[in-house]
Amino acid sequence: MKRFLIPLLIFIVLVAFLGIGLNLDPREVPSPLIGKPAPIFSLARLDDPSKSMSPKDMLGKVWLFNVWASWCGACRDEHPLLVALSKTGIVPIYGMDYKDTRQDAQQWLDMGGNPYVANAFDVNGRVGIDYGVYGVPETYVIDKKGIIVFKQIGPITEEVLRDKILPLVKGLQTQ
Amino acid sequence: MIPEIGHFALILALLVALVQGTFPIIGAARRNSVWMGLAVPAARAQFFLVATAFFCLAYAFASMDYSVTYVATNSNSKLPLQYRIAAVWGGHEGSLLLWAFILNVWTVAVSFFSKHLPDQLRARILGIMGLISIGFILFMLTVSNPFERLIPAAFDGRDLNPLLQDPGMVFHPPMLYMGYVGFSVAFAFAIAALIGGQLDATWARWSRPWTTLAWVFLTIGIMGGSNWAYYELGWGGWWFWDAVENASFMPWLVGTALIHSLAVTEKRGGFKAWTVLLAICAFSLSLLGTFLVRSGVLTSVHAFATDPRRGLFILMFLVVVIGGSLALFAWRAPKIGRGGMFQVVSRESFLLANNVLLAVAAISVLLGTLYPLFLDALGMGKISVGPPYFDTVFAPLMTPAVFLMGLGTLARWKKAELPELSIRLRWAFGVSLATALILPFILGHWTPMIGLGLFLAFWIFTTTVNLLINQLKSNQLSLIFKIKSIPRSWWGMVVAHLGIGFFVLGVTIVKGYESETAVKMLPGDVAHLAGFDFTFDGIKEVQGPNYLSEKGQITVSVMGKEKTHLFPEKRLYTVQNMPMTEAGISPGVFNDLYASLGEPLEGGAWSVRIYYKPMVEWIWAGCGLMAIGGLLALSDKRYRMKKRGQILAVENKGVA
Repeated sequence: MKRFLIPLLIFIVLVAFLGIGLNLDPREVPSPLIGKPAPIFSLARLDDPSKSMSPKDMLGKVWLFNVWASWCGACRDEHPLLVALSKTGIVPIYGMDYKDTRQDAQQWLDMGGNPYVANAFDVNGRVGIDYGVYGVPETYVIDKKGIIVFKQIGPITEEVLRDKILPLVKGLQTQ
Repeated sequence: MIPEIGHFALILALLVALVQGTFPIIGAARRNSVWMGLAVPAARAQFFLVATAFFCLAYAFASMDYSVTYVATNSNSKLPLQYRIAAVWGGHEGSLLLWAFILNVWTVAVSFFSKHLPDQLRARILGIMGLISIGFILFMLTVSNPFERLIPAAFDGRDLNPLLQDPGMVFHPPMLYMGYVGFSVAFAFAIAALIGGQLDATWARWSRPWTTLAWVFLTIGIMGGSNWAYYELGWGGWWFWDAVENASFMPWLVGTALIHSLAVTEKRGGFKAWTVLLAICAFSLSLLGTFLVRSGVLTSVHAFATDPRRGLFILMFLVVVIGGSLALFAWRAPKIGRGGMFQVVSRESFLLANNVLLAVAAISVLLGTLYPLFLDALGMGKISVGPPYFDTVFAPLMTPAVFLMGLGTLARWKKAELPELSIRLRWAFGVSLATALILPFILGHWTPMIGLGLFLAFWIFTTTVNLLINQLKSNQLSLIFKIKSIPRSWWGMVVAHLGIGFFVLGVTIVKGYESETAVKMLPGDVAHLAGFDFTFDGIKEVQGPNYLSEKGQITVSVMGKEKTHLFPEKRLYTVQNMPMTEAGISPGVFNDLYASLGEPLEGGAWSVRIYYKPMVEWIWAGCGLMAIGGLLALSDKRYRMKKRGQILAVENKGVA
């Protein structure tokens, strides 16, 4: 009986590792967009549909591009961190409200605080397709030349911000 | 409207799969023939529904319906029709639908070709395949819906990944999936037999043709993928030990072991528990492969975008299917009787040794594939395991396997005489050894690996010749009658084993004697490699359907005599602004000439890489022979009888 259990035991160990791996890795898989210019778009702004926002406007500075939505639970986790970051003034954060309604989004910013310099309003997720957005939130670090340097899939954590994003931003700003 | 029909068909298919996966299995336990009788109609209805969903998605691609998110993400109006159709499986959601569709193709095939099986067994097999189907359809409907709408519709699609815009994309994934998913039949047979407790020679005989067919598809699929990588990736490699390649290779190794072990179970009644375990493992590794590709736990050129929920879903599915079947195995296998006894020197023991070697090879590939994940999970940093590991592990495992293969086909069942074998194979051994020692000096230079490779290849050739002579001289009848009287399955074995020989020879020669050069070329410049002169004639701009191409022309000549032209290209796919390299290849029996364009340099010059690849085509020819061998075995006349009575008659004859 015992030796017939061996395959099952091996499998259980394997599953444990796969389970851990599942939580570890996906955020570290490099995006094919890294090292490429941020896809160009021109979308109406969330707060004022008569104004538009485009990555071209940000050329010459290092900025964060955060894709979020009011319906997204993980965005709620990350939001206080973004608000805190915006108060330090280290790096401007631009947002894109993804597949959302203006009313819900505006309400959410009023409630939770608004860390964004401006927000593009991607109502149907078309621009999201260009950026390869599969789930919100996602955050991009874009350099002075408009090149995507880093992509965070899923919410930003304190560690990621402290260990990866901020050192990266500081390095890029001195370039 | 059409995408909604597809979506709805998928929902109905889930309901039918639920019926197919529960009633027949419970019915088999309670001997309720009405419940068991649901299996066949449910399987056919589910096939119809999943096929409907599949064709709805294909229609959405063909008609350029960019109001479907998946279509908009993976297609473009300028994409030629054949690639728009192939784009159905170009992304995550669609390849799952292809998976489910092919599973249903196999299920419906089983429903038609299982009339001779006992009702209980048939109900269980179809029920288990229904359970597998539930998992995949549920996966699509919950987190990977290919029919999700994009409203308002996109004006045009984002285009299929240019890497996938190749004839290989049309055939490679369906073939590979036919193989992968085909092992579900052997799996369902094994689980059904475990539940019913009837693991005997008849079970093995029924499983064999299904397993062989799946194996043939998998062989062709892997061969196609390797060939595709060779000409598409632009640097002449044919196998990369990429995580996803490994994911298809592991089921192949275990499937190969399974085919051989099934032969022992059928002919000698031995290895029963081992055969069942292999059947479970072959399909489990297919599922694991799916997990590795879909979940994104490993980085690979094949990996799709990552979504943790999807990975979690497949992991849960793996736990249920693999964990459940291994638990069933642990519970039921001890009750399986032992097979017939055999001596240390016998065909059984050679086959067992080969089986163990193949299984160990599969485990070492698994280990190498998951090692980066293990280290990462233990917080020991990120590493990647590359070809050096696999090459180092593989050669020592495959050397004895190939050597034993030559012996195994000649050895008798139960008990063979070692002295007799060694006398018979003296000359085969001598010829192989002499070839291994002398041929390399004629070809250029000798290294231990070249010598070993040549020895193994010629060992297969010579032992096969020995086997043929032996088979044909055994009695006094006329040669033609003897050839006719040998069963097709025997020829299948011979051809497949020769395929291994071709493969080993190709790998040995190309690894030992390939050469390459990277040069900067202006129009009119000549490069020299392996006795060929390559003249760069210049670059022409060509407009493709959805790309711009800079197409080079290289004239190949030997001693001033023109031989052939190579047309390497550098394409720019305009939608995604992505450059692609298309190699220019002149294939041949004894060598391939291969050129790929690098970057344009100043003054109209180009950097060009030229490769000389001797006998590289033999690698795929070998795989092709293996597949042909499998098909020959399938065409054996004992598989062509469908009626229960005929099989019984044959069985009785066999006993007498």
